Amino acid sequence: MTEVTPFVRTEVLDSQEPPPGEQGAVKWLRENLFSSPLNTALTVLGLLVITWLMMHSVPWFMHSIWHANSLSQCREIVTETWGEGATGACWAMIRDRWHQYLYGFYPMDAYWRPNLAFLLMLVALAPVLSQSLPRKLMWFTLLYPFLAYWLLWGGTVWAPVVVMLGFGLMALVFRQLVGRLGVPVSAGVGLIVATVWWLVVQPRLSGTLQSILPLGIRNVDSDQFGGFLLSIVIGITAISASLPMGILLALGRKSDMLLIRTLSIGFIEFIRGVPLITLLFTASLLLQYFLPPETNFDIILRVIILVTFFAAAYLAEVIRGGLAALPRGQYEAADGLGLDYWQAQRLIVMPQALKVSIPGIVSTFIGLFKDTTLVAFVGLKDPLKGVTAIVRADMTWKGIYWEPYIFVGAIFFIICFGMSRYSMLLERRLKTDHR
Amino acid sequence: MAQAQQAIDRSMMQVSDEVAIRISGMNKWYGQFHVLRDIDMIVHKGERIVICGPSGSGKSTLIRCINRLEEHQSGQIVVDGTELTNDLKNIDKVRSEVGMVFQHFNLFPHLTILENCALAPIWVRKIPKKEAEETAMHYLAKVKIPEQANKYPGQLSGGQQQRVAIARALCMKPRIMLFDEPTSALDPEMIKEVLDTMISLAQEGMTMICVTHEMGFAQAVANRVIFMDKGQIVEQNEPREFFNNPQSERTRLFLSQILGH
Repeated sequence: MTEVTPFVRTEVLDSQEPPPGEQGAVKWLRENLFSSPLNTALTVLGLLVITWLMMHSVPWFMHSIWHANSLSQCREIVTETWGEGATGACWAMIRDRWHQYLYGFYPMDAYWRPNLAFLLMLVALAPVLSQSLPRKLMWFTLLYPFLAYWLLWGGTVWAPVVVMLGFGLMALVFRQLVGRLGVPVSAGVGLIVATVWWLVVQPRLSGTLQSILPLGIRNVDSDQFGGFLLSIVIGITAISASLPMGILLALGRKSDMLLIRTLSIGFIEFIRGVPLITLLFTASLLLQYFLPPETNFDIILRVIILVTFFAAAYLAEVIRGGLAALPRGQYEAADGLGLDYWQAQRLIVMPQALKVSIPGIVSTFIGLFKDTTLVAFVGLKDPLKGVTAIVRADMTWKGIYWEPYIFVGAIFFIICFGMSRYSMLLERRLKTDHR
Repeated sequence: MAQAQQAIDRSMMQVSDEVAIRISGMNKWYGQFHVLRDIDMIVHKGERIVICGPSGSGKSTLIRCINRLEEHQSGQIVVDGTELTNDLKNIDKVRSEVGMVFQHFNLFPHLTILENCALAPIWVRKIPKKEAEETAMHYLAKVKIPEQANKYPGQLSGGQQQRVAIARALCMKPRIMLFDEPTSALDPEMIKEVLDTMISLAQEGMTMICVTHEMGFAQAVANRVIFMDKGQIVEQNEPREFFNNPQSERTRLFLSQILGH
């Protein structure tokens, strides 16, 4: 038996400063950089590597040349200013050729068209990205693809207008039938009607309208597109088309109907199992064999379709992960309230599944955007390889190596980092579960 | 317990002759496992039925068959004059007439309390948003949490969430309410607030089928208690007889275990 010593404290102790080594920068350094012998060794090694990298790259950046007419002139200036053996970046190349990196061979006097399309794209994206804007702006977002197509490729204004009417027709057919035939069948019928409209009626009707009321701007061919204009056109279109397609594929993969499930799984597994470059070759070569000979399917459109398929297959799997995270009770509660399948998906399941999948979805988008550089393999002038090859084919810039890749890489980084930051913002904004 | 029984006004709790649910010769299997065996049951309008039984006895499955969250493989279930078959239209009709409250609440975490309640009236009943929200506020007031309307489910306690779930079901103005162990996931002190809500619902004459182990609730409001075991209805009786004079050996054993401590 130990004896209990009664104890009562009557006064409160004054609070004191922590010891000197336990606060501020000293504490941080000790805890993060020198906490153990291994950590100390790694810190020293890391500092050495950083120093070595800086010693090689900083002078190169410091000796940047912005005004020169050729690479050899750049080198002369560097040698004159900083002595024999000095190296320097030759950004004069970017000054000379920036327009090709941005627009490819797009006619210079028509640069206002991609510029305007880009500005309007920001306006069209705004209501999608931000919830605080009025929902009415979404009408402009729906109109934008047709407007942008017309601005970029030019030609008669009637072609995009008639194509747009095809979408209107599809919506009309869907609305008329959905009450009797259900969502999948009426969507299918709508799609068939619209396809017939686009392939059969559209060319004739827009031709006729053009002859009655000629309205249009100069035509720009797809092979004149290049640089970031090309990347952004392919990237944005494929991103916006692949998300709905990915959702449908994810739902198809979970469907009770064997045929739909088998088709979805087959599509996803096939597309994911094949390298993107194979699909791009298919787009540039094989698709032409399968289509009727008189159809002249635009190469950029073909590439967009296959890049969309590629991203949609990945998105389907990402979204399936989100669906799996949803408790069964959510489906049961939706069913129990009498919501039908599509209402339950739209109002209950997808908002939650997509929220969970945001990091994966945005990763796929970032990957897709960077993959747009692969179109170089089918002869399109992407900024990384296509345009750089053209620049280097010119005698004045032959042999330039780091600068184009750093420039293009920096622009890709800014865009992709922006997407990543936005996704984190979105995650925070949609966080309502208060776990 | 006896006091609670007296305090409840049974004047409105009249059982009519009208049949609300008719289940006849119903069987259900999970693969080879025979979960529900030859269930026959008639529920009249205004009845308050408590179903109890050991876990795995098929009581939850039975009430989930009534709004077709589970499919039955043989026999007939007619709810409010509509037979449950593979016809999706009938299923949706029955589901909009039958409210269901789950053990784990199953509120929609991405929607506010008000949106949770107004969602189904807006999309299923096609009621204008403003009207649906007014109805939702009315029922939220009834379950005594109107001040939580703009919060999210994750910010509420379990008892509050379950009361929201009841309000959400009521917003569809159902003719029948099903409760699937509504208090089993709650702390003891929250059970009372949920039971109080259910009692007041019973007093208004709602037809209710309730799977629960709250025997006090059964004694207070039920007009019939059904005991299930191994997928069959073993015994049913009015509550006083059921608790004081159980006929089957299995019922006696179950009651001694559940009331014994």
